[in-house]
Amino acid sequence: MNAHLIERLWKRICQPMDGWLFLLTCILFVLGLVVLYSASNENPNRITNKLTFIVFAMTLMWCIANIRPQQLMLFAVPIYVGGLCLLLGVALFGEIVNGSRRWLHIGITRIQPSEIMKLAVPMMLAWYFQKHEGHIGWRQFVIATVIIALPAAFVLKQPDLGTASLIIFSGIFVIFFAGLPWKVIAVLLIGFASSLPVVWNLLHDYQRRRVLTLLDPTADPLGDGYHIIQSMIAIGSGGIFGKGWLSGTQTHLEFIPERTTDFIFAVYGEEFGLVGNAVLLLLYLCVIMRGLIIAAHASTLFGRLLAGAITLSFFTYAFVNMGMVSGILPVVGVPLPLLSYGGTAMVTILTGFGILMSIHKNRPLLKR
Amino acid sequence: MSMWRGSSNLLQQRNRPNQPKNSSVRLPSLRVRLVALGLGLLLVALLSRAVYLQIYKQDFLEGQGEARYSRTLRLEANRGQIVDRNGEPLAISTPVKSIWASPADMAPIEPAKLQQLARLLEMSSGEVQEKLADQRREFVYLKRQVNPDLADQIMALKIPGIAAQQEFRRFYPAGEMMAHVIGYVSVDGKGQEGLELARENMLAGRPGSRHVIKDRRGYIVEDVAAIEHPRDGQTLALSLDRKIQYLAYRELKATVEQFKAKAGGLVVLDAHSGEVLAMVNLPTFNPNNRVKLDPAMRRNRALIDLFEPGSTLKPFPIALALEKGLVHPDKVFDTNSFTIGPARVRDSHPEAALSVTGILQKSSNVGTSKISLMMSPQEVWTFYDELGFGRKPQTGFPGEASGKLRPYKNWRPIEQATMSFGHGISLSLMQLARGYTIFTHDGQLLPISFLKQTVPLPGRQVISAETARKMREMLLTVTQPGGTAVRAQVLGYSVGGKTGTARKLENGVYNRDKHIASFVGFAPAHQPRLIIAVMIDEPTEGSYYGGLVAGPVFSRVMAGSLRILGVEPDQPHQNSIIPTDAPEIREET
Repeated sequence: MNAHLIERLWKRICQPMDGWLFLLTCILFVLGLVVLYSASNENPNRITNKLTFIVFAMTLMWCIANIRPQQLMLFAVPIYVGGLCLLLGVALFGEIVNGSRRWLHIGITRIQPSEIMKLAVPMMLAWYFQKHEGHIGWRQFVIATVIIALPAAFVLKQPDLGTASLIIFSGIFVIFFAGLPWKVIAVLLIGFASSLPVVWNLLHDYQRRRVLTLLDPTADPLGDGYHIIQSMIAIGSGGIFGKGWLSGTQTHLEFIPERTTDFIFAVYGEEFGLVGNAVLLLLYLCVIMRGLIIAAHASTLFGRLLAGAITLSFFTYAFVNMGMVSGILPVVGVPLPLLSYGGTAMVTILTGFGILMSIHKNRPLLKR
Repeated sequence: MSMWRGSSNLLQQRNRPNQPKNSSVRLPSLRVRLVALGLGLLLVALLSRAVYLQIYKQDFLEGQGEARYSRTLRLEANRGQIVDRNGEPLAISTPVKSIWASPADMAPIEPAKLQQLARLLEMSSGEVQEKLADQRREFVYLKRQVNPDLADQIMALKIPGIAAQQEFRRFYPAGEMMAHVIGYVSVDGKGQEGLELARENMLAGRPGSRHVIKDRRGYIVEDVAAIEHPRDGQTLALSLDRKIQYLAYRELKATVEQFKAKAGGLVVLDAHSGEVLAMVNLPTFNPNNRVKLDPAMRRNRALIDLFEPGSTLKPFPIALALEKGLVHPDKVFDTNSFTIGPARVRDSHPEAALSVTGILQKSSNVGTSKISLMMSPQEVWTFYDELGFGRKPQTGFPGEASGKLRPYKNWRPIEQATMSFGHGISLSLMQLARGYTIFTHDGQLLPISFLKQTVPLPGRQVISAETARKMREMLLTVTQPGGTAVRAQVLGYSVGGKTGTARKLENGVYNRDKHIASFVGFAPAHQPRLIIAVMIDEPTEGSYYGGLVAGPVFSRVMAGSLRILGVEPDQPHQNSIIPTDAPEIREET
């Protein structure tokens, strides 16, 4: 009697979801909660908070997964334009936290509009290329560049080099998949390489220091090098099998800075060791593979480009974070996808996953 | 279920080389492959980094981690007390706390709390903020050695990053009057001077330790090994008598001020045990407050400064001649001035002839020289050496002087003569006072001790008991009418001793205007109980003669000390001290 109803409800819930992506997300969340419990010194509040975020983000993901890509396309321009307006608002009325202007108060809460741009830019570009499908020429690529550069400039101005780079990268992925000619790519690469000295001069002092710190963290062990040194010590002292859950000394004696958020990978590395790191990398690899498969199978250019960009962005977050914590990239404020505590990044990622699922479910069933 | 549908066949797609160039169906396959390759390389890079850190560098990084959390804490031992021979405290340690902060771990303090903190620390808010200004420092003393109640009040403010540390503060109840003997400790509780330094090992005790794990803020998380308890220092019981010391200090100070002298020293010895009952130096300092500490104040003159003793040395060559049977107390010498080579030996109050007793009583340079020259340099040198001149007195005090005694092989006769009245030889006041123990202790030279002795330390026989007795009789005449030190008499007691008035040697030349006035004596003369040696450096006003400057202070300290020790008067009926009619004999050297 009720069984039928429940079965239908279950089908309705499952219908828009992609099983692989959902399963991987859940595994990563569970892993994240396990690490968070240890990193927060067994603070149950952190766990319930994170669970709340998870439920919210999952619901959002499910809702977005229900939207057809064609409808998503309709949102691309408004979201992009709205995002730009918010960035303008930030530049004018934004709240300064830790020396940079990133937050905007809108009535009840405050938001970080640059976060929206991480998805809005690839959506806008995908929409734009879809519109010009079949006759994509140099003109389209120039306009695409402008689409990326506008928000990137705002974010760079805040200043937030990390987020700006991520926005630029998400756009570049779209352009790349859209078929930017190899010659142009080669010229751009050479141009970028030769402009590095100029870029170096444009960087803020603290940004330059971060890069220099990367080359020799021990130059200023109590200042700029402190974060990297502490996280490298934590990861390294984990060894092959780790010190075990809740047994990481560097974690529990509070030597690792930001250990529930940006540096949670150090906690993970200390307690679960090389084996744990390999498992985590494998999980991320699976997510990325699944994303690329979805991109490869998408029916429209919009879907393909957007799915590819979202997947590669996800990879970028993971790589930048782990690279930074293990000391091969400069310190930038990028959380570890799905594991770090903090709602904004999680919402962004799961929104992206929702889009991926939407694209996947609505591919043409050509031969069926 | 539908949820699982459509897992990939990407590889098949890729392997289809002749895929139609329909860009609307598939992503460009070369680009997908390139991306996949790029991702793979980057993931390999991450994995290699993990392997590098977690296998290759594991030991190093683990050690680095341990260095950051594992600590061995010192548990301070309570420093031993120093007490006088009657158990009166002279140096005690009181528990105090030092307040420190770790600015690196501090959030800005609320203004109200900052004000409270500043008030408790007796600083201005600005000063406190200044100390906490460097956000990178992890250890800054806010205030050292505050009283524990105050520390508790500060800790009750519960300002994160501020902590208290247990320490001990040394307090010297006797203050400046004992400063040179006791010495003092550094702010870290280590002996710096005096007995605090000399007996550091005994006083310091052994600190204990605690092996702990500390978190980043320095809070102790847990003990990882058993606590090793500290062993407190031992109590040091001195031979000094606080009352005698105070008396000596008071009288010496009055004398130094009266004669406007540069410095002064006074030593009180037990005539039969060699224990130091008092030792005073001026100028002195307050060991409880050493902010303005002039090195001159810190000098323990009685032990580390050398001076030419002058006539106070005369009893020694005479005792040797007596011991060798070359003279007897009544033997008469021609004491007209005489020449040795180019130099002339003379007396300031010349007499034609004096007995040996008279030579001592009137302090005749001529007579003493003639007696000394009856013996060979080697004999005299050997005697001085036996008396400990030119050797450290082995009191255990840091920096004690050994004195200057030149080898006898190159003594010329004139030098042997001047040495007999205390020129060309340098001693510390302590060495000189110790020399007099051969007269008071029946010919035995006693070791000097600053520690209370239950059993007297054995002395070394230098002259016979009979010679010692004769010397006491002769030295008694010095304080009697006709002697150089009638002002050294003590009401009710007989006093023996010898004055000294020496010109100071400056750059090899004897300065006619700078003197050292001294007196070394003992009482009661027939059965001595105490030896007191006084030295006044550069008296500038009134007089500079040993008998007039050093004699009176000797008399007052001796009188008071004998009373404190309850020594029975041996001349209860003699109640006139200085016969006003008799001329006072003043000697030079």
